[in-house]
Amino acid sequence: MSQQLVDAIADMREEEALKLVREMVASDSNPMAILDLTREALDLVGKRFEEGTYFLPELMLAGEMMNQISEIIKPKLAEMPDRERHGKVLIGTVEGDIHDIGKNIVSFMLDVNGFEVFDLGVDVPPQKFVEGIQEFQPQVVALSGFLTLSFDSMKNTVAAIESAALRDKVKIMIGGGQINEEVKEYAGADGYGKDAVAGIFLAKKWVGIQ
Amino acid sequence: MNGQLTGVEKLEALWQGKLSPKGPDGNPLPFQSPEAEKAYKDRILRVKDAIEMKKLPDRVPVSVFSGMFPWLNAGMTMEEAMYDYGKCAEVFINFVREYDPDLHWGAYAPGSGKMYEILGYKLYSWPGHGVAPEHSYQANEGEYMLANEYDALIQDPSGYFTHAYLPRVFGSLGGFSMLPFLPGILEIYGLPLFFIPFGLPPVQATYNALFEAGAEALKWVGPIGGADGALAMFGFPSVLGGFTKAPFDVIGDTLRGTKGIMLDIYRQPDKLLKAMEALVPLMIGMGIANAQQTGNPVIFIPLHKGADGFISDEQFKKFYWPTLKEVMLGLIEGGCVPFPAAEGYWNTRMEVMQDIPKGKTLWMIDQSDMTEVKKTVGQNACLFGNVSSTMLNLGTPQDVKAYVKKLIDTAGKDGGLIIGNGAFFDQAKPENVKALVDAAKEYGTY
Repeated sequence: MSQQLVDAIADMREEEALKLVREMVASDSNPMAILDLTREALDLVGKRFEEGTYFLPELMLAGEMMNQISEIIKPKLAEMPDRERHGKVLIGTVEGDIHDIGKNIVSFMLDVNGFEVFDLGVDVPPQKFVEGIQEFQPQVVALSGFLTLSFDSMKNTVAAIESAALRDKVKIMIGGGQINEEVKEYAGADGYGKDAVAGIFLAKKWVGIQ
Repeated sequence: MNGQLTGVEKLEALWQGKLSPKGPDGNPLPFQSPEAEKAYKDRILRVKDAIEMKKLPDRVPVSVFSGMFPWLNAGMTMEEAMYDYGKCAEVFINFVREYDPDLHWGAYAPGSGKMYEILGYKLYSWPGHGVAPEHSYQANEGEYMLANEYDALIQDPSGYFTHAYLPRVFGSLGGFSMLPFLPGILEIYGLPLFFIPFGLPPVQATYNALFEAGAEALKWVGPIGGADGALAMFGFPSVLGGFTKAPFDVIGDTLRGTKGIMLDIYRQPDKLLKAMEALVPLMIGMGIANAQQTGNPVIFIPLHKGADGFISDEQFKKFYWPTLKEVMLGLIEGGCVPFPAAEGYWNTRMEVMQDIPKGKTLWMIDQSDMTEVKKTVGQNACLFGNVSSTMLNLGTPQDVKAYVKKLIDTAGKDGGLIIGNGAFFDQAKPENVKALVDAAKEYGTY
């Protein structure tokens, strides 16, 4: 049944996956084991996304399945266990910009890849990023922006982090529809990602994992 | 009578109408000078030749289809541009006269902030209403159509928009949800029952809001539409007739939202496909009506959720492209020039999208690889754009000029190219925008 569950989730057979989970719960399977299988499946989904065989429909359906499975097994767990995490990422869409699709995809992929993600939401002023760094102590800060106005907001955010004497505590990456090397230089970031996969690659590199 | 004409004839009639422009009084448009009249006609023919791909224009045409740059660059806030219609129009006229492109696209982008207030518009935040005064409006994505409402949309798209969608995105139009089923009005028996809703306070409040919004829209269109006429007299044509959308984006952008439509691909693919089919004739009709009303043949189609990275090639071929193609073919049949804008990257889609009749469409290309685009979509269609927002914002005039020259060399040698920006931009260095126009004139002569 275990492999069946992993395959059902990873191959996007939602109804079958949920049915299997309900059956496993009914037959008193260890809820922790179900959670582990779900994570194993999400890992596969993340890999297929990175390989370019899966796209947004699969990421979003996988996220939905994860949420539904958590809801089913929650009553059986004393508490949701903490996972071992590779590192922490503070993420947000910069000031003046309320676009969040790209940011949410990167957050999801970071989570799947074992990062603890703290999401500040959209239209985030530079000071909020500074406070977020102080509170959450991330190794990586990820700035998202879709509009051309975000170039200046990114620059201002990096500058605010610098004046708060936190610049050498974090690596900063930027991403969004119009972002390229030039914008990275302009904003004073450490790297940029053309897509979510590139962002994950950077985050992994910066915290020193494969 | 018009109905018996072929698409080619209808389009030619629109072009001929453009070449003999009339003023608001129905008389021939009084140009500022014989030079302005010549410039106006030369520019239309230059663009027409580039689109039709039958013969080379005299040079590569150039245009700037910007976002809010004209207003921000003039020192206005977006809030002012959306509330002071006269100033909005004046600034746009000055922008076009100063930058001197072959085509302009009208001063319609800012729109009427006051009208959105009257309607209680929720789909977008605008300056002073959710975004800062100096920034442009931005969409609030949401699930405005619920997952279990496909049947209602499929059966009667207009009824669905009236009863369900409009009350959700306009706070002042809640009364629409109480309207009677109008195709039920068939006999005298029981007829008064159908009219009861119109006597109810929420419905009357909705109609009052509509009257007020309509009056505001008329205040807006005077100066904004007037800018087109004024610019024509100075020799600057617009060919933009209006817009329509790919059915996948109608559902993915504004009805179900990105997450909704992506889940529907797995959870209810057949309903999604049927709903998109139901939207095809509406999206065609909307484009044709816009073109006929304005006399301008080019119908803009912003493409969003079929871009590289959003869905797989298989999903693109099954869900995105077929109904977009139907819409484009329907527009062509109706005498329009479809003008899809491939925002972002669409490199993996170009081969599929090449399947359109030659010389009938204009494509705005953002960041896709232009050399590859020329070999695919560009074999059949005129290409516009590809100078990136980033370059216009952070590059130098020399960068822009070199890029324009490269574009002409790689994609413009045998026609079918209009130099322009790849995506809507709000911020840019003015000297870079000027360099874009100047470079096309300098390097683009055939």
